[in-house]
Amino acid sequence: MTAKLHLDRAHLQGLYRGMLRIRRFEARCVELYQAQAIRGFLHLYDGEEGVAVGVMAALQPQDAVVATYREHGQALARGVPMDRLLAEMLGKVEGSCRGRGGSMHIFDGARRFYGGNAIVGGGLPLAAGLALADARLRPGAVTACFFGEGAVTEGAFHETMNLASIWRLPLLLVCENNLYAMGMPVAEAEAQPSIHRKAEAYRVAAASVDGMDPVEVESAARHAVECVRSGHGPFLLECRTYRFRAHSMFDAQSYRSREEIAQWRERDPLERLRRWMQDNHQITADQFQAIADEVEQELAAALAFAEAGTLEPVEELERFVLMDHVPQEQPQGNAP
Amino acid sequence: MSAAGRISYREACRQAIRQALLDDPRAFLMGEDVARYGGCYAVSKGLLAEFGPARIVDTPLAENGFVGAGIGAALGGLRPIVEVMTCNFSLLALDQIMNNAATIPHMSGGQFAVPLVIRMATGAGRQLAAQHSHSLEGWYAHIPGLKVLAPATVEDARFMLPAAMADPNPVLLFEHIELYAAEDEIRAGLERVDIEQARVRRAGRDLTLATYGGSLPRCLAAAEALAAEGIEAEVVDLRVLRPLDHRTVAASVARTRRCVIVDEGWRSGSLSAELAARLAEDCFYELDAPVRRVCGREVPMPYPAHLEQAALPGADRILAAARGLFARS
Ligand SMILES: Cc1ncc(C[n+]2csc(CCOP(=O)(O)OP(=O)(O)O)c2C)c(N)n1
Repeated sequence: MTAKLHLDRAHLQGLYRGMLRIRRFEARCVELYQAQAIRGFLHLYDGEEGVAVGVMAALQPQDAVVATYREHGQALARGVPMDRLLAEMLGKVEGSCRGRGGSMHIFDGARRFYGGNAIVGGGLPLAAGLALADARLRPGAVTACFFGEGAVTEGAFHETMNLASIWRLPLLLVCENNLYAMGMPVAEAEAQPSIHRKAEAYRVAAASVDGMDPVEVESAARHAVECVRSGHGPFLLECRTYRFRAHSMFDAQSYRSREEIAQWRERDPLERLRRWMQDNHQITADQFQAIADEVEQELAAALAFAEAGTLEPVEELERFVLMDHVPQEQPQGNAP
Repeated sequence: MSAAGRISYREACRQAIRQALLDDPRAFLMGEDVARYGGCYAVSKGLLAEFGPARIVDTPLAENGFVGAGIGAALGGLRPIVEVMTCNFSLLALDQIMNNAATIPHMSGGQFAVPLVIRMATGAGRQLAAQHSHSLEGWYAHIPGLKVLAPATVEDARFMLPAAMADPNPVLLFEHIELYAAEDEIRAGLERVDIEQARVRRAGRDLTLATYGGSLPRCLAAAEALAAEGIEAEVVDLRVLRPLDHRTVAASVARTRRCVIVDEGWRSGSLSAELAARLAEDCFYELDAPVRRVCGREVPMPYPAHLEQAALPGADRILAAARGLFARS
């Protein structure tokens, strides 16, 4: 565990609770998927929870977040209410996007959460633009952009790295390197599989951390955000992580062995933090139970909310194709 | 701000950008070579000196990157005008335009708008061959979530941009390369134009020529030639390609009972196909003759002048199509 953080009990318990919320939420989603209440693609985050929780802990409300299609974890960690998120996945009007986005397209204007992008690499140029707007309109705000290592082979990554560097944009690039892009192993896809080393070619500051350790992620993210916020331009944070489950719900996982998955499971970020907190007397068994109960209650309430939700009337189908105004929650921007 | 008088289409585009930057401090122009170079069609010449590098932003060659950055900047509260050198290169940015700009407002359930303007040059006529000469506005007009404009007159070049800047949606402006040098009078006192409606540019009772952009001058010339033969053609400038104002065309056809659609884009699956279908749906019983189309020939644009001209919907082809509609009566 890295120092430098103020690791009081409440904070550690908060990280643990954050990860557990994601883990439990997604486990429930699998059940809902099997019951055919959730349809479409469902990309789970099991194993990667430490990344979202660690990075979000380093961000402020004025910061912006851009995510991928594997974004339930980021959305929950960013504060998108669980009930709105679940209603979205059930396609209900009460969902965070009126049910129009579904699992892969979560947006939340109030929390500056800009998706939810199912185009691999598609969020990166967008994030550069948000950072550009912030640099002019909201000095001190940082845009954090999440993407997998698969996105790094897309041109959008390289164009964004270059733009962010020459314009010194307040952009935190968070690469969730979980070793596979669907079935493509990073070592075969990348001429330089050590993602953070690509930053040098763009003169972007970079670091690589153990993504299975939320405390290390948070510590590194705080350092990176500080650099970015103080005007030193973009930062690439590579989080080495692993997804325990399939890429999506349709995946025989022929590209990796059970042994490999089992080995990584031993580094489960929840279990690791749990053990560490127990060994260091940061938490009691009762407190663990209390957190688990709290999460279950939240989940049950979210499910009740989502199931009681309504479907958008078909007459509304063409609403928001063209907008008649710029919505309130979207920053209107003051004159720079 | 609106100095009346005779100016070029290029100058009109420049004045429009200048006004947008003066009117809104959140507005900025961004694109390849828009600043130091002055724009590859010299539209933004002089603006860097007046507004500085924060408002007139040169980008490296990265169409997907900087168009995407424009979309993000619009989401973040700025009012970007993004210039793409020609629509041919916009294909590298198609992902951002289509998958982000056009979809985020709807996917987000109306939480976000993308108030962004993308300007690009379109069309042929300069012997630039197949990778610099295509007319792709019809493709973009296919995409829900975008507004697509084609200024064909100096007045529209001057006043469509302010209307586009005031619009909360991503608006694509297609400027035909052959029009930049055109000159015309701007009516005194004109402040803005709408970006909803097609416009009748020449009244006539015998035939409707429906067109837009670089083909408008050709159609007006054809109408003059037809008038000499006793055929009075009404020329409708579509102006707004999405949402397409087919009603103005239908109203014209209801008067003239004949229609030729002239479009520099390819014919198959094109904007002209869409308009023809709508006329068939709306005006079938008012037509005295089948709707005809004069489109770009279905080839990648060739380099030699004679082949390039043959590929374009030239006056001769327009005249032949128009006369053909009267052959049986
Ligand atoms: C542009 C694009 N190409 C292909 C796909 C199909 N696809 C979806 S996820 C994926 C793998 C992406 O891997 P990575 O970026 O490492 O993210 P991870 O799924 O591992 O989180 C692919 C190829 C896509 N969605 N977008």
